[in-house]
Amino acid sequence: MDEQLLSIQNLTTQYLTDESVIHAVNGINLHLAKGGSLGLVGESGAGKTTTAYSIMGLLPKLTGKITQGKILFEGKDLTRLPEDEMRKIRGNEISMIFQDPMTSLNPILTVGDQIAEVLEIHGTADTHAALAKAGDMLEMVGIPRDRMHEYPHQFSGGMKQRVIIAIALACNPKLLIADEPTTALDVTIQAQVLRMIRDLKVKLDTSLILISHNLGVVAQVCENVAIMYAGRIVEYGPLREVFSRPLHPYTEGLLNSIPRIEVDKDRLSPIRGMMPDPSTMPHGCIFKPRCPYAAAACGTRAPHITEISGRSVMCLMHEGVIPNTMGTGGHHA
Amino acid sequence: MREQSTAAPILHVSHLKKYFHTPRGNLHAVDDVSFDIPEGGTLGVVGESGCGKTTTGRAILRLIEPTSGSVVFDGSDIITLDKNRLRVMREKMQIIFQDPYSSLDPRMAVASIIGEPLIIHKRVTGKKELLQRVHTLMEMVELEDRLFSAYPHELDGGRRQRIGIARALALEPKFIVADEPVSSLDVSVQAQILNLMQDLQDRLGLTYMFVTHDMAVVKHISDEIAVMYLGQIIERSPAKALFSRQYHPYSHALISAIPTIDTQTAEAASILRGEIGSPIEPKPGCRFAPRCEYCVDKCLTETPPLEMLEPGRQVACWRAKELRL
Repeated sequence: MDEQLLSIQNLTTQYLTDESVIHAVNGINLHLAKGGSLGLVGESGAGKTTTAYSIMGLLPKLTGKITQGKILFEGKDLTRLPEDEMRKIRGNEISMIFQDPMTSLNPILTVGDQIAEVLEIHGTADTHAALAKAGDMLEMVGIPRDRMHEYPHQFSGGMKQRVIIAIALACNPKLLIADEPTTALDVTIQAQVLRMIRDLKVKLDTSLILISHNLGVVAQVCENVAIMYAGRIVEYGPLREVFSRPLHPYTEGLLNSIPRIEVDKDRLSPIRGMMPDPSTMPHGCIFKPRCPYAAAACGTRAPHITEISGRSVMCLMHEGVIPNTMGTGGHHA
Repeated sequence: MREQSTAAPILHVSHLKKYFHTPRGNLHAVDDVSFDIPEGGTLGVVGESGCGKTTTGRAILRLIEPTSGSVVFDGSDIITLDKNRLRVMREKMQIIFQDPYSSLDPRMAVASIIGEPLIIHKRVTGKKELLQRVHTLMEMVELEDRLFSAYPHELDGGRRQRIGIARALALEPKFIVADEPVSSLDVSVQAQILNLMQDLQDRLGLTYMFVTHDMAVVKHISDEIAVMYLGQIIERSPAKALFSRQYHPYSHALISAIPTIDTQTAEAASILRGEIGSPIEPKPGCRFAPRCEYCVDKCLTETPPLEMLEPGRQVACWRAKELRL
């Protein structure tokens, strides 16, 4: 099919603390085609942001470490790139939007200067041209260009996030990683920003990784979705298929947990228990302690990735090791 | 969802106002809000940041002093009570806060946090009785016994919120203001807490005012919903009915903007333009008018009152009767 832009192979990222090793990302595989869009979904501590930081080369120097695997970006392995090479890519070919628009901007620089700064650093434009381009970028994200001389505190939360998007897109990156880009925004402003991200993605042909805990947000923008749980991608596939017919019990559990506007439920069906402590992972399948379908084999045998018509899932039910009873609610029903 | 409650109101709020003084004039955080909640029911109060939903909840409990208005709870007007009588009344009215990370004293163990209200209000006679009550409360919110002497920082958000709920329940209140109680929790834990709150309501006959920005949560938990915009209630409706039809253009925009997994709202035409206006010295006229695509001249000069449009449904919009949203 399409040309690959990003290919993550067996990525394993750990944080080292005095007492223990935190297994944040445990051997994930991900592929993103040029112009494609991928949603990375999961709860706090699933490893979504660590995955993004691994790609960006932004792991904390002393504690964070990629211990295994490759991150191929246009064929180059980013994990082996020296810092000065990485700096040329970061903000230029790969950009990232962080969650909190309130703290991501520099309070003592005008927004115009902050957009222009990126262009100058990457040598894309001289000062004059960079400022002109900054004005263009502001207009592109729906802010009048004469506001480029204002400071971040003069902008609302929604507008700050637009400025951040303008900065991220200033160098026309091939890949944009957006980490919870609308979580801090009100719902009507969120709708504006999501629509803008979608429109810009098409217009600029940028590939997108959208990280969110909100299934609805991801559904607005992404073609494919990867469901992360405890540092692993437990399910991957075309978003509509995954959400309408989940293959992994965790995906099903997430979908059953959320209240829905379209569906009336008297009671929600939460996933019981909590995500395992990332310093002591359970044996066998990581989801077994919370899984309503788990059988004895799940406690000893770790599932492999099973490919099922363009989708993939990590669950023994799909390896034929234990009976496939998905959709029945399992033994907690 | 429970049937629409026909019980008498336990809480009756009328013309509640809370203004804050600022250098640029009065900030109308809550501006003439009236509603009641039937006993055992749940009123969901929704709106975006700055709409006054949290301030309304706190003003009702007099955690902040209202500027004017009345709040009749269980037959007496809270606003006129002196300090001592207010303290007695507060036993019946409690609050659950949004952030279980900052609302619990980090230096107190779980049992002390839950037991503190019992000691302050002299509800227990000795240590034995105190411990017994704390155990019962922990059981009620499904907190494991082994966490008795744990500290908040050792616990995850879900368990912390259970502590907040247990503490709120300690004095056997009739009415609870829940201010974004699940907003900081992961979805699987959020579902656990919502189920717990529903169970407790059925078991103890609690009345909730549930404040949130999350439309799906509010639909799930509420019997009735009040939508707020810039300090005012602009629409009030039975919960489900609001989602099948909105009479106020803002409610309509708010509901259309919700990102769901079933539809692409970004395709929807009615994405709201602009941002919320200033609550400082608002001009007469509808406060939503500057963002409203149905705005006419009258909307800019005269404030629409909250009027009954059909049984159970109130709307503050001059054009509510003619619009087909």
